[in-house]
Formats: sequence, structure tokens, C-alpha cells
Amino acid sequence: MKYDVVIIGGGPAGLAAALAVKKEGVDNILIIERDDKLGGILNQCIHNGFGLHTFKEELTGPEYANRFAQKVIEEKIAYKLNCMVISVSDDKKVTYVSKEDGLNIVEAKAIILAMGCRERPRGALNIPGFRPAGIYSAGTAQRLMNIEGYKVGNEVVILGSGDIGLIMARRMTLEGAKVKCVAELMPYSGGLKRNIVQCLNDYNIPLLLSHTVVDIKGKERVSSVVVAEVDENRKPIKGTEKEFKCDTLLLSVGLLPENELSKLANVELSRVTSGPIVSDNFETNVNGIFACGNVLHVHDLVDYVSSEAELAGTYAAKYVKENTAHNSYINVEVKDGVRYTVPQKIDIDNMADRIIVRFRVSNEYRNKRIVVLKNNEEIRSIKKKVLAPGEMEQLFLSKDELKDAKTLCVCLKENQ
Amino acid sequence: METREMICIGCPLGCNLTVKIDGTDIMVSGNNCANGERYAKNEVTNPVRIVTSTINVQNGKETRVSCKTENAIPKDKIFDCMDEIKKAHVNAPIQIGDILIKNVAETGINVIATKNISQK
Repeated sequence: MKYDVVIIGGGPAGLAAALAVKKEGVDNILIIERDDKLGGILNQCIHNGFGLHTFKEELTGPEYANRFAQKVIEEKIAYKLNCMVISVSDDKKVTYVSKEDGLNIVEAKAIILAMGCRERPRGALNIPGFRPAGIYSAGTAQRLMNIEGYKVGNEVVILGSGDIGLIMARRMTLEGAKVKCVAELMPYSGGLKRNIVQCLNDYNIPLLLSHTVVDIKGKERVSSVVVAEVDENRKPIKGTEKEFKCDTLLLSVGLLPENELSKLANVELSRVTSGPIVSDNFETNVNGIFACGNVLHVHDLVDYVSSEAELAGTYAAKYVKENTAHNSYINVEVKDGVRYTVPQKIDIDNMADRIIVRFRVSNEYRNKRIVVLKNNEEIRSIKKKVLAPGEMEQLFLSKDELKDAKTLCVCLKENQ
Repeated sequence: METREMICIGCPLGCNLTVKIDGTDIMVSGNNCANGERYAKNEVTNPVRIVTSTINVQNGKETRVSCKTENAIPKDKIFDCMDEIKKAHVNAPIQIGDILIKNVAETGINVIATKNISQK
């Protein structure tokens, strides 16, 4: 089969991208999803707080997913469920396997990568101790609880204060479990403030900053977890160990964009985001392969995933219609507290009149300015009272102000 | 006089607020804007939360349906609300917005479905 656009992943990014492609008048679209329904991770995120930007109301994850899935069905966009893509090539052939179709190859004029991300596992943390039952990534526990209906544990310690860990602390408390503490390696939380207040403070769950797990005890099932304070080099401090009796340890220690397929297609990845390096039209280094959502960089808000994916879809459709090739880019450099930007490069001659540059800072900062340098001169300065790695920042750049740029840089400076 | 510490969730600044309660007099300090004062006053006089959970489904393609309180309920009713949610059973098919529990924990607020579940 041949398609104009094949979208890999039917989560929030894939659905919004597909709708945008269709809106541009490109009809021959296919969404390939490995789960048995559209919506991706939103289906297990039963808490509220989604959609404040997109729909101006507060929805739960399944409701937000349903709004997009419903539109995809109304627009008669083709999708395949229970299909696992096993390879993507740079000549834009997508190979997938499924019970119904067996092994199948589809060809596309453009591909949109929207595979999302996965959780960093225990193996990536080097926690010593036994390997008993009762250790889950927070997202796995969330699925077991919210979709399958299992009570995951009775007495819980959570390592990592990312949003999923915070949400699960509340969820497990509501289901009758006792959450003993949330330990966070860094001196600040990686989660949103509102989650710290409404998921931990509301239920008197202690957040131990600059703490980590140094031992897991128990042979068949977790019986206790030892937590210790860490110094400024994140090394455990002897004598600060505290033992928490528990049967469950949840790990909420970061998300990694899932780019195995991108690598097979020779898509160049960023070492900072672990996602593809893209230009202002969300195209990777491979012509006609686009990326959006958490496979590109991990977002805090699904609303931003949807708006980013919509742009990627629009540009993919434009590529199919006009077969535009971009060749001359300037890189968006980062320094002094800015970790990365997306996009990482801009084609100034062919860019839209206004683009959004999203980025994260590398530490907690107060009273700084976000500065954009063009040819080493300040063209933009935005005062910020507070900046944190857990909250994605964004700025808008216009084609006019980037005219004649030889170099471009986003950085932080002191607020004089 | 009672004093409470809290973090404002109005924006990413996350101001540390100190609230002094003296009868009906509520004094807020530590805030950088009017939203902080409003937030703190609501939190000490009438704190409310939306509760989300799942309910057991019979005859459905899935065994749990996700649900939420239609509006925010008083914070001190959260666990009464959860007790009713845990005891409840509902039959498929279920549509988003269907009322699953009426007047949960006598709050005057319904628990509604947030997911479509088709029949087995």
C-alpha cells in the first residue's frame, strides 16, 4: 500500500498531526498504533488538568484523548490498531507486524514520528540491593491500577518527584495505600508545583529533596527501602540512612523519547533531548520524515504536544503537496543555563512569519533574563522571576527579526 | 490565632504563603499578586478538589471505567467520596458524561464517567 502520510503512534501527537494533515487537504493518511485503542498514554492518566490551553476547560486524560480520537473518526482518517512498527527506512518504507496483517510494508511520501517516550527503568539507576517483586516504574503502576484495576501495593516509597510519581502518590493514597515518602535526588522537584501541593501536601506525604534510595531489602517481595541524603555531588552521605518499611517501590525517574525506529531510518538524534534534531518545520535530517510530541522532546503539558503536532502535520502535508526541500539552516545555539531548544535549526528564507522556540533550563534560577542573540547582539530580552527545569519555556521569533542572521543563540543573563 | 504555611499554585512562581487566621480575619503574606491572596483565602475557608478514580464495570470490554466528580467537592469529603466509588458497580455500555454515582457523599455533586466502555 502507498500513502501520502504515515503517522507512527496514535497518541495525542499522532492524532493532532493526522487532523492537521487532513485539514491541509491531504487525504491518503494512515495512523499506526500498537495499543488496542487510540489515545496513547492519556488513557491511563485518569486525573484532571488536561486541556486548559486547548479546550479552555479542565479534562481528564481519557476525555482529552477521546475528543481527538472522535475527530479522527469523524474525518474518516484510516488507522490500524494492535500494529507494531518494527522498522522505518530512510526511503520511507514502514514495516509493521500484526495478528491480522502479519508482516506488512507500507510506503509513504512523508512520515510523522509520534511514538512518544518511555520510562527510565531501574537498570538505568544502579540502585544496589535485591531484585524482589514490588518494584515498578510509576507509569506501569498507573496502568495496572487505572486500566487493569489492581491495587499495586499497601506501603509505598516513591523515588523521583516527576509528575507521574506525584500523581501516583495521590492515587495510591486514595486507594488506601500508605505512601511513606517521595525521595528526590535533586535539591528541587522535577514536577509541577500544583502536583506537589495537590498530590503530596494535601495528604501529608513528605517530599525528601536531595535524597535517594541506597538499598532495597526483601527476597520475594520488597520488605523495606533505605533512603539517604546526598551531598552536592549527589553522593549519599554516610550516617543519614533511614529505613522505610514498605512492600512497594515506585520509580519516577525520568522519561526517554523512544527513538529506536528513528535510528533505523538514519534520523539524527540530539544528545540532550534524545529526540530527533529538527528544523523549524519539524523535519528531521531525513527529507520527508517529521517528528512531534514526546518522541521529539519530553513535554509537561499535553496541550503543547497537540499544538506542536498540529504544526508538524501541517508541514508534512505541505511537503507532500509541494515537495519542498530545505537546505540552508542556521543552528540555534544554546549557552549559560539553557539546555536545548526545539527546533535546533531554522531555515530563515523559508520559515513561517512567526515560529515558537521551546526550551528548558538546566537549573533552578531566579531573577534572570531570557536573551536571544542574533549575530552576537541582543534582539530579545524577557525578564523571568523564576525558571525551573521542570517547566518548559517558550518564545516566539518572527521572520523579520531573524533577517540576515548568521548566528543565533538563546541564553540566560542576569537581570540588571 | 492560627497560622498556616502553604504554596500558591496560581503560577510557576510558587510563592510561599503565610496565612494568619483570627476568627473571620484572614491575613495573607508572602504573595506577589492578588491571585495569591484569593488562593490562600479559598484554601483556608473552603478548600475543594476534583476527585478522579475508577469504578468496577460489569459486562464491559474493559473491567474499569475512569470517573471524576462533576465539580470540585470539599476536601474533607474526599475519602467519603472514595468509599462510595470503591463500593460502586456499573453496567456497560457507558458513555463519557454518564452519571455513575448521584450526590456522592451527600455533596450534591455527581460522579460521572470519563471514558466510553462498550459492552462485552
